Amino acid sequence: MATFGSFALLIALALAAYNLLAGTLALRLIAVGQPARISPERLADTARRAGIAGFLAVTAAAFALIWSVFTNDFSITYIMDHSNRALPAAYKFSALWSGQEGSLLLWAWLLATYGFVLRLTHKTDVKLYAYAGTILAGIQVFFLAVLNFAAPPFALLKGAIPADGNGLNPLLQYPEMVIHPPMLYLGYVGFSVPFAFALGALMMRYPGEKWIKVTRVWTLVTWLFLTAGIFLGMHWAYAVLGWGGYWGWDPVENASFMPWLTGTAFLHSVMMQEKKGMMKSWNVWLIFSTFLLTLLGTLLTRAGLVSSVHAFAQSSIGTWFVVFMGIVLAVCIFTYVLQRSHLKSEQHLESLVSRESSFLFNNLVLLTACFVILWGTLFPILSEYVVGNKVTVGAPFYNRVAIPIGLFLLLLTGVGPLLPWRATSLKSIRRNFVLPVITLWATVIVCLAVGVRPWKGGVFSPGDFYALVSFAVSAAVLTAILSEFLRGAGVISRQTGRNLAEGIWLLTRRNTRRYGGYIIHIGVVIVVIGLAGSAFNQNVERELGLHDKMQIGPYTLEQVGATQDSNLNYDSAYALLDVYRDGKKQFQMTPEKRVYLASDQPQTMVAIHSLPSWDLYVVYEGENPDTGQPIIKAFLNPLVGWIWAGLVVIIFGTFVALVPSLSPATAALRVPAARPASNQPALKGGD
Amino acid sequence: MSGTLVRSSFWLRTAQALALAVAVCFTLGAGDSSARYYDLNHRLMCTCGCSQLLGECNHVGCTESGQELAELRTDIGLGMSDKEIFSAFTAKYGATVLAAPTTHGFDLLAWIAPFAVFGAALLGTILLIRRWAGLSAAKALAAGPEAVADDPDDLARREKIRRETGGDGGY
Repeated sequence: MATFGSFALLIALALAAYNLLAGTLALRLIAVGQPARISPERLADTARRAGIAGFLAVTAAAFALIWSVFTNDFSITYIMDHSNRALPAAYKFSALWSGQEGSLLLWAWLLATYGFVLRLTHKTDVKLYAYAGTILAGIQVFFLAVLNFAAPPFALLKGAIPADGNGLNPLLQYPEMVIHPPMLYLGYVGFSVPFAFALGALMMRYPGEKWIKVTRVWTLVTWLFLTAGIFLGMHWAYAVLGWGGYWGWDPVENASFMPWLTGTAFLHSVMMQEKKGMMKSWNVWLIFSTFLLTLLGTLLTRAGLVSSVHAFAQSSIGTWFVVFMGIVLAVCIFTYVLQRSHLKSEQHLESLVSRESSFLFNNLVLLTACFVILWGTLFPILSEYVVGNKVTVGAPFYNRVAIPIGLFLLLLTGVGPLLPWRATSLKSIRRNFVLPVITLWATVIVCLAVGVRPWKGGVFSPGDFYALVSFAVSAAVLTAILSEFLRGAGVISRQTGRNLAEGIWLLTRRNTRRYGGYIIHIGVVIVVIGLAGSAFNQNVERELGLHDKMQIGPYTLEQVGATQDSNLNYDSAYALLDVYRDGKKQFQMTPEKRVYLASDQPQTMVAIHSLPSWDLYVVYEGENPDTGQPIIKAFLNPLVGWIWAGLVVIIFGTFVALVPSLSPATAALRVPAARPASNQPALKGGD
Repeated sequence: MSGTLVRSSFWLRTAQALALAVAVCFTLGAGDSSARYYDLNHRLMCTCGCSQLLGECNHVGCTESGQELAELRTDIGLGMSDKEIFSAFTAKYGATVLAAPTTHGFDLLAWIAPFAVFGAALLGTILLIRRWAGLSAAKALAAGPEAVADDPDDLARREKIRRETGGDGGY
């Protein structure tokens, strides 16, 4: 199977190279209009077909690796290092992305899959798709070259083949790890598609903004995958690492967050280009940057440039990535310089206070946040290089710098939709902003009254201050968004006699993009409320003998025993803890400590009792070697559940935004003619 | 005129009441001696190589965090200032024990750069929008008065839509 896999990868590389060369030649011939012995259209079609065949070849290679994992083929070094016989089937799949070579193969396979879909749907716009397909082939050549020459997944083990493998990293043996990396990779790799369309459209001086409409679904779906991937990673960190948090500003986390920020900026500013023909250069560079940041993230974490608790796979492929990024950047700059006259704005902003400028400020803040994270991630390297002194840039730095920027962005989330296009008047501002501002201040007063105060022990506490501001701004933004829904639904309700809920439904269907976007914003607000809860985290650590108790918040935890279990993959020890509240037993928690047999590595399995108000989070840290007593660390983490609930709302909102809006004709059919409650003319949905 | 004055004084009094309420609530802080210990152990790193904040290192038998935490308690007990505590930790464990760059020397650049970039970008954006707004106005004037003035019926229709939908359009 190793030979088959290696051969499939070689074939895939040859096909991708043909796709790139034939595609480039065909597009060049079409562009210059010179007669040639081969019809350029037919040549371009052979390139497209090579891309489709390349997908089959990469799929065969991925299948070969999976097959090797399932058949315990320890003659392959990668399988030896990342699997063992007793590894459960689901985690055998995750062996595919648990190491360097496998994760690169996953990247290549996802890229091939995206390319396959793109090439099958080429009739949407044959020429534009030919450009995009050729650019994707260029990216694919790079990844397949790395897989064939620098990080071969089918490299054979030297010497005798052992009876069993080293097993999968225990940190990765968790359900989320089966879906988190593919989601993240779908997001990372997916940004190659809008990048390819943007670069292709620029190369061919594509008329109009149709390429944006073509790539909208691609970009939104990719963004959704990246968002879901990041949140799944947060949940994994929360449930597995056992430190009670979900985001540690680790370089790997930062690497995934940076393209998310620029991708989000692109999703917003691209609307300006579609509607107003503005910010064309800006958008092109946003998508270029997003793609480059996905590569930079991979470089940072794979090349060992920065240390990270997440760096599961490091090697020397950094040079390959540096060279490739250099080539990509050079191509982007060259194309931009050559074609920049094509990107002139058709209109300009007319006012500092308008919907357009709010998009611009939104982009500014998102990019500043991206810069802060990049700066913080790279500063240790810079400091070591300049003054020879390596420093740590950890959570306190990001909390001080990134949180205020994030709160400003949250504020813009509420302000932007309330501003009209082109320009606004003081009267309009007053009318739209009175309610959110009242809500903001009312929330501040309520929070202060119930004890959310920016003072802890007489000392200013930035955490509590940010929590207070987050709650207040979140309340204001929610008010602003909900009032948008209610205003529109109220008009429909008056026009059609339908109730408010039906009005909201119809309003959303009439402009799914706008109201889907608002739902996503609601999800973001819910996430922010959840994040703000971390300011009030509590934790207690104690050694608990039998029937010893510990108190955290309203809960009393009593150790009522310990038990052990064993299977072929790991040995585990559990602490049994009865949880009491107000003297009454509520439930039992069983935090676990595992020792994986193949790797002889310990791992905590946290017990979490989740409520909307807080999570009771208990870690069995192991036994005190001197006394033999279990050490228990308990956390009370307020509002964590809101973060995961927010993700669900974001996913729902994205799906809504992906659904096509009702056309005015269809919308009219849905409004029964016999039921109008007033004789007002029907309004078109949204814009 | 008197109506405007009455309205102004109403908003003024409301603003004063809000400010007073906020000020009163802000000053109601309860004392907590453990807050400083918590704050400081979240500004230092565990040096065992786990890349976690000192207060969040959760390794059983970690040889470093217990010792560091004990030192921190002792230092606080001795009445040392934050700066003195950080100096003592840096002298013993190296600069990487601090969870964030200091605010002097080259480290200061870490703190300044984000705000400098944000400020410059903000200023640049505002200037750009103002320039564009000027260009748009000049273009409209050059096109003649009929291009500037909209049809009154059209304006009334737009205002009606604004009033009914609370804005004029969306994404």
